Amino acid sequence: MKISRRATLALGGSAALVAMLPLPAFADANDDAIAAFTGGAEMADTGLTLTAPEIAENGNTVPIEVDAPGAVSVMIIATGNPNPGVCTFNFGPLAGNQHAVTRIRLAGTQDVVAVAKMADGSFAKASANIKVTIGGCGG
Amino acid sequence: MAENVTPRVRVPRSAAVGEVITIKTLISHIMESGQRRDGDGNTIPRSIINTFSCDFNGQNVFSVDLKAAVSANPYFEFSATVPEAGEFTFTWNDDDGSVYTDVKAIEIA
Repeated sequence: MKISRRATLALGGSAALVAMLPLPAFADANDDAIAAFTGGAEMADTGLTLTAPEIAENGNTVPIEVDAPGAVSVMIIATGNPNPGVCTFNFGPLAGNQHAVTRIRLAGTQDVVAVAKMADGSFAKASANIKVTIGGCGG
Repeated sequence: MAENVTPRVRVPRSAAVGEVITIKTLISHIMESGQRRDGDGNTIPRSIINTFSCDFNGQNVFSVDLKAAVSANPYFEFSATVPEAGEFTFTWNDDDGSVYTDVKAIEIA
């Protein structure tokens, strides 16, 4: 098959378009994950505490802590990871308080967001910026 | 696929009625994220623990849905109210279908 100059230009153009597409889609993944959890509801800025180190030397194990009195579940999102979801804590009827500690992986310096669903159906949000010296996504 | 998976749980031996206790759990697991590649450039398939739950005498205390961004050897610290003597049951579900469990009894002091 003979490739004309016009066909080459069209091909290059469409390739550039495709290459540009994933970027906005990537940024939206975080908002999508939050919307799937809250159903698009408003989020208050108080009622949820996210404790995380300012600087994490090793992105493979970053300790984080959430405290959300009155919450039924708390979702953690790492906005700069290939997949934003980290984990969701669910507090059952016998939970002593709404406090949990775990360790997560971070690909690089980024904001970690926690969204809490309260027993009355409202939502709260907290975020923390964590500087990561060595990313934790293998590679 | 995960090998040498050992759950470790720390629960106090006894508690007062209605006391709030802290529980710490750790399970040794590689938590393969599905992002890494082997020497030939092939993606290593994801193999993680996807859910964890803790129940006391059949009532739920705490549960977690895990994604690949939870560190290897998933560690959780949370608290529970103890209404009576009984047993805590801890359950971890693996991507490959394995289920790991641990049971800890607690007495009323």
